[in-house]
Amino acid sequence: MEFLGADVIIESLKKEGAEVVFGYPGGAVLPLYDALYRMKFPHVLARHEQGAVHAADGYARATGKVGVCIATSGPGATNLITGIATAYMDSVPLVAITGQVGVSLIGKDSFQEADVRGITTPITKHNYLVKKIQDLPRVIKEAFYIARSGRPGPVVIDISKDVFNDKIDYKYPEDVKLRGYSPVFAGDEATIELVVEKMRQAKKPLFFVGGGVNISDTSDLLRKITELTGFPVISSLMGLGCISSSDADNLGMVGMHGTYAANMATIECDLLLGVGVRFDDRVTGLVKDFAPRAQVVHFDIDPAEINKNIIADIRVVGDLRWSLPLLYEKAADYDCQEWRKNIDPWLVTVCDWKRQKPLGYKCSDEVIMPQLVIETVSQLTNGDAVIVTDVGQHQMWTAQYYQFLNQRSFLTSGGLGTMGYGLPAAIGAQLGLPEKTVVLFTGDGSIMMNCQEMATAANNNVAVKIIVMNNQVLGMVSQWQRMFYEERYSHTCLKGRTDFVKLAEAMGVTGLRVTKPSELQATLAEAFRIEGPVLVDVWLPDAEDVLPMVPANCRLDQMVLGG
Amino acid sequence: MKYTLAVLVENKPGVLTHISGLISRRAYNIESIAASYTEEADTTRITIDVEVDDKLQLEQVVNQLSKLIDVIKIINLTHIDSIHRELALIKVKARPETRSDIVDIVEIFRAKIVDVNRETMVIELTGEESKINALCEVLMDYGIIEIVRTGKIALSRGPIAAKNM
Repeated sequence: MEFLGADVIIESLKKEGAEVVFGYPGGAVLPLYDALYRMKFPHVLARHEQGAVHAADGYARATGKVGVCIATSGPGATNLITGIATAYMDSVPLVAITGQVGVSLIGKDSFQEADVRGITTPITKHNYLVKKIQDLPRVIKEAFYIARSGRPGPVVIDISKDVFNDKIDYKYPEDVKLRGYSPVFAGDEATIELVVEKMRQAKKPLFFVGGGVNISDTSDLLRKITELTGFPVISSLMGLGCISSSDADNLGMVGMHGTYAANMATIECDLLLGVGVRFDDRVTGLVKDFAPRAQVVHFDIDPAEINKNIIADIRVVGDLRWSLPLLYEKAADYDCQEWRKNIDPWLVTVCDWKRQKPLGYKCSDEVIMPQLVIETVSQLTNGDAVIVTDVGQHQMWTAQYYQFLNQRSFLTSGGLGTMGYGLPAAIGAQLGLPEKTVVLFTGDGSIMMNCQEMATAANNNVAVKIIVMNNQVLGMVSQWQRMFYEERYSHTCLKGRTDFVKLAEAMGVTGLRVTKPSELQATLAEAFRIEGPVLVDVWLPDAEDVLPMVPANCRLDQMVLGG
Repeated sequence: MKYTLAVLVENKPGVLTHISGLISRRAYNIESIAASYTEEADTTRITIDVEVDDKLQLEQVVNQLSKLIDVIKIINLTHIDSIHRELALIKVKARPETRSDIVDIVEIFRAKIVDVNRETMVIELTGEESKINALCEVLMDYGIIEIVRTGKIALSRGPIAAKNM
């Protein structure tokens, strides 16, 4: 049957199981939008292309499915860039479809022309420019396969307007044939045996879990292994949720704003089992002194991660869905009671660290402490919500104080650190998981970077709860200015006349405000009771630091503690 | 240390950009790069000379390049017995009184004269980098007008093709 190129895209999206696309129309994608209209494909109109791409990202992270977004050529496509880079850094499966000018206009500096393939090359897993309709079905098939398989990532398909309007006898390919791409699943079984041997000998072992566990949905397996072995666990920002925050063995987040116990355990451990982590500089602190006494085992699907930042003594390259079941099986062959005796003194030590120096802050009757906001929401949602954040102090407090129970329950821009990610990502997550409570923690800085998406939430009745941690400053930057720049607060003061409640209401979102600690609980509870999207403007003191903190280029045990 | 890699890639537009972009983004040091078609119409072969600190960094270069979807295979030819060649075209001043001297030099280097006119000659030489450097140095005395050199290409000796290694 003859299909228009635009219709080929919609049909192919259906075949790939896409349920919804996020986008913004424009000249070059007019035929595609016409197909969306004619074929009644679910589409969420963002208010900015950046909103569309972050929403697709949030949808993908929350559901594990491939997120899809659409933008027009030129500025539409360039507005996606931050979102594509965000997804790339955090390995999020995404397909971004951009319109391109007509084939004869490419390269002529035509109206709304940008070299999207060139611009997106360093921030995509792969990208395409489609100039012939014959290539279109294959390219879409490949794009989805590449985005979701192996280490996931964003794929851009830039499609010339002519291709949308051209016709083809449409048949969607069954298979993908890519000579240069065959993601590893199973690795070398012998390495797992070696790891088990190291685990048996270890006196101070430590699991370090990261985003890879969330992405591969292997948190249950990991819990089985930690229960079997009794080894304590630390987590990167991206690994939060894999192991319940309340587990006794869970020492919490490691790194720049990690817990005392997690950071000390990293310094003291003799075996560090990194699972789906990439040893980011925010984790390692001074990289040469990271885990100085440990043999490092690195489990990862991407061979290029091995030895990139930290030299691994043993590498286990393969999908965690292959390596973790095997690790469990082989470990279960041994008498774990026996090894537990080996590590008993170590468990006492880490428990002492955890007990002696827990996360803490000074309570106040006068002002609302930011940590209390997170704790209150944690209680109100029983740790069962999908938590989304923007970037800054509120992000770190959320990571520290929210009691996560489940994998894929914490969506945050970890790698790129994108302010403005939160609101659209929360909308995408809520649309992907309509039954879930979705809470966005944002700041008075971050929310302004994509506040237009409140209109998207209101118009589509997406019931996200937006908590604005309003301290009237760019908190994280001002914290650094306080600590390292002798309190020269260069352009970090946001004190002004912005009224977030009015802003919310102007766009059709219910706005609430809370300024006193005594009213915090009730106001937040009300926000959860109200149907539809709600913004709560929470007034906080302006000079609260995120602690503990490991200053840049310091060892993880050189923390500034608080509480 | 310098390594020579043979990189087999899909013969598609933009592949060389992908590779050179990755190399510059990851801050690897490329000494030379040469790309062309192969015996298979859909495959391009790129020879890369890369300067790295140690084996670990080389592993990173190979692993990162391997992640590119269009990269089919990478073979490290550094320690495989192989032939390494560059091509140079050198335009040199050649008046009647110096012409025969230059012809002698060309013969010694087993180079070829591919163009002669009243004032200049163009000399073509293939060989390893050091040989080309040596010829250029000798010809400097006569006055080199311009030089163009290709990147290095390399091929293993023996019957096995890189794609089967």
